[in-house]
Amino acid sequence: MFHPVTTVHYMVLSAALLMIGTAGVLARRNIVIILMSIELILNAVNINLVAFSHYFRSVSGQIFAVFVIAVAVAEAAVGLGILIALFRNKETVNADEVDLLKW
Amino acid sequence: MSFLDNIWLIPLFPLFGAAAMLLLGKRLDPQAPSDVAVAPGAEPSPAPPHGHHGSHSSGKKALISLLCPGMVLVSLVFSIGAVVELAGKAEKIHEVIKYAWMAGLPFRMADGTMARFGADFGFLLDPLSSVMILVVTGVGFLIHVYAVGYMGHEGGYYRFFGYMNLFVFFMLMLVLANNYLLLFVGWEGVGLCSYLLIGFYFHKKSAGDAANKAFIVNRIGDAGFILGMLLMFGVLGTVRFVDVNAALTSGRFAAETAGFGVLSLMALLLFVGATGKSAQFPLYVWLPDAMEGPTPVSALIHAATMVTAGVYMVARSSALFSLTPETSMVVAAIGAFTAILAASIALVQNDIKRVLAYSTVSQLGYMFVACGVGAYWVAVFHLFTHAFFKALLFLGSGSVIHALSGEQDMRKMGALKDKIPVTHWTMFIASLAIAGIPGFAGFFSKDEILWQAYSSPLGSKVIFAVGLITAGMTAFYMWRLMYLTFYGKSRVEPAAAPHIHESPRVMTIPLSVLAVGSVLAGWIGVPKLWSVFPDAFRTFEHWLAPALASASAHVAETAHHDAATEWLLMLLSVAVALAGIWLARYMYDIKPEKADALASSAPGLYNTLLNKWYVDEIYGFLFIDGMAKGGGTVLGTFDNRVVDGGVNGAGWLTRLTSTVSIWWDTWIIDGSVRLMSFLVKLSSYPMRILQTGQFQAYALAFVLGVLIFFGYYMMR
Repeated sequence: MFHPVTTVHYMVLSAALLMIGTAGVLARRNIVIILMSIELILNAVNINLVAFSHYFRSVSGQIFAVFVIAVAVAEAAVGLGILIALFRNKETVNADEVDLLKW
Repeated sequence: MSFLDNIWLIPLFPLFGAAAMLLLGKRLDPQAPSDVAVAPGAEPSPAPPHGHHGSHSSGKKALISLLCPGMVLVSLVFSIGAVVELAGKAEKIHEVIKYAWMAGLPFRMADGTMARFGADFGFLLDPLSSVMILVVTGVGFLIHVYAVGYMGHEGGYYRFFGYMNLFVFFMLMLVLANNYLLLFVGWEGVGLCSYLLIGFYFHKKSAGDAANKAFIVNRIGDAGFILGMLLMFGVLGTVRFVDVNAALTSGRFAAETAGFGVLSLMALLLFVGATGKSAQFPLYVWLPDAMEGPTPVSALIHAATMVTAGVYMVARSSALFSLTPETSMVVAAIGAFTAILAASIALVQNDIKRVLAYSTVSQLGYMFVACGVGAYWVAVFHLFTHAFFKALLFLGSGSVIHALSGEQDMRKMGALKDKIPVTHWTMFIASLAIAGIPGFAGFFSKDEILWQAYSSPLGSKVIFAVGLITAGMTAFYMWRLMYLTFYGKSRVEPAAAPHIHESPRVMTIPLSVLAVGSVLAGWIGVPKLWSVFPDAFRTFEHWLAPALASASAHVAETAHHDAATEWLLMLLSVAVALAGIWLARYMYDIKPEKADALASSAPGLYNTLLNKWYVDEIYGFLFIDGMAKGGGTVLGTFDNRVVDGGVNGAGWLTRLTSTVSIWWDTWIIDGSVRLMSFLVKLSSYPMRILQTGQFQAYALAFVLGVLIFFGYYMMR
């Protein structure tokens, strides 16, 4: 009764996660949420990588996913660090109150 | 040690004395606190005690009295030593160069060759300068000794001796210098000392005025001297005597002897300097006024030494003057004119010192006559003898003034012969000497001048005649002075009469020594005519010959005049002198009323002479009122209109240009800068609104870009 889970299903999931993450990054104001949304985007990529690794019977996609996770950890650490520094200086975590990139 | 190599020490002894006096003297002189000198004429107490120098002196003051004449005595000893050594040398010239005093830059001379501007701190002893240093230190020493007595009871004793020693220092620098520039240092230095000593009684306005007059008139002459030296640098490239003489005698300039060339101009400019220092027309006016100074100063500076510096300088430049007959003629003419002008004024003066002052001017005129006719050794000879008898006359007059408690007017003297016998006898000898009575010093030198004026190729009968008349006048005014002072009836003021006294021995001994000199000094220049005397009596000419080599050429040419003429002229000059003396005796002793009768018979001439030909008034009108005051108005207008106008105009112009500059700065420079920034601002506006600074906006653009990209590929 259950259809087998195919690569297409993974791709749909991945695309959905990517859309959700993108929408979160663009629309949300809280930088913590934005960082979480970025994690969603990265994990959508990971799902894609693992699905195609399975599909092509190649382990390199798996390895690449591990790399992405490692890089995501580092990115989250840097991002949170910037966030804390920002909060100390500006007393805010609202993205639209921060327009320093203009200068 | 040889004296000859240490001639540079000779000036330094008096310098030491001067430094000691002027730096420390105030502590030595007990009278220093009231450092206001009291002139003999302004003596407050009518009864100066006999031998007052004793009553005033203390141990410290005696130190001054010993140190300052002592320093001059040491210089005299060194001078004698050096001259004796020089006499023993084959070549009668000795130069000691201590160091390069002015080492200057190279420059291009008038003829295009390069030369180096420079002068050494060097000393030259040759026969000419040896005569001068002996006169300066010898007569100077005697006058210093005399001054110990004469100035003994006056304030500023240390100051007086400090200046006197300073004067001797500069005078020795002047005569020992080995180049014109160093000579000029001494020249200016003696001028300074002359100024200081004329103005010694500085509380008297007349003394201060006389000092200023001497200084200012001398400046005019010095300007000529400086120009002459610069011309000498430009033409000859050196001012060292040895080099100058070598260049002039090398024949390079022989062509210029015809006509008025650059050498004539050079000689003339130097002579302008000499007219200032040696009180020749038209710059003689300062010397009579210089009698405001103390009498020893008049004797030392304004009779024996400083005023003869001009004669020395011309004799020193004999190589130059003998190449320029035109200038020599000017020298002789000015000398003769000055001689007779001053003598005519001296005929009627009543101030004893002024008579002597004009006499000095007149005698200096004689010396320039000798220079002008090329007989330089005779000029120096007259300088030498004149130093003795004129210093003696001044010191004697000082002794008379001293005896009469400061009286200088000869109309208030008379019959002093027996009251001050030493003064009388010494002045008697000096008056015979200056009148030109055979056997006394003045005769030999004056007669030689007259003979040279007559016989020299450069001389003329006119100059001889002027000299002869002046000789008669000289005899007259000197013996007028003698008769008015020492003979006849006493006209002394009753207040001063009881105090007449002979001067102390410290003053009479120098008088006696100078009197001996006034007799003997001439016997080293006996005329060639007196062939009875061996050549040893003519040492002076032979001694000076090496230093004045070029002059001997002219002297040699006199040989063709016959002896009879010379005898005749000599008898003539003696006769004129005797006539002058007799006339003075007649007018002022035998028939004293004659003098006044003569004066009132020709009042115009008498007053003209008494007022010194109104030369001071003419100068006052021409130069003081005309140039200083009239010129002052012109200069004031010039100052107001041109100088101030120029300054104001420059200010206005600056303000104008700065206004333009401000406008330009504000509108053009700043405007263009602001325009550029405005354009940038304007053109950057579309870009600026994209830059929100919010990273989500950037991210949106990023995502939209990706979507457009994908959309494009999908739609295709």
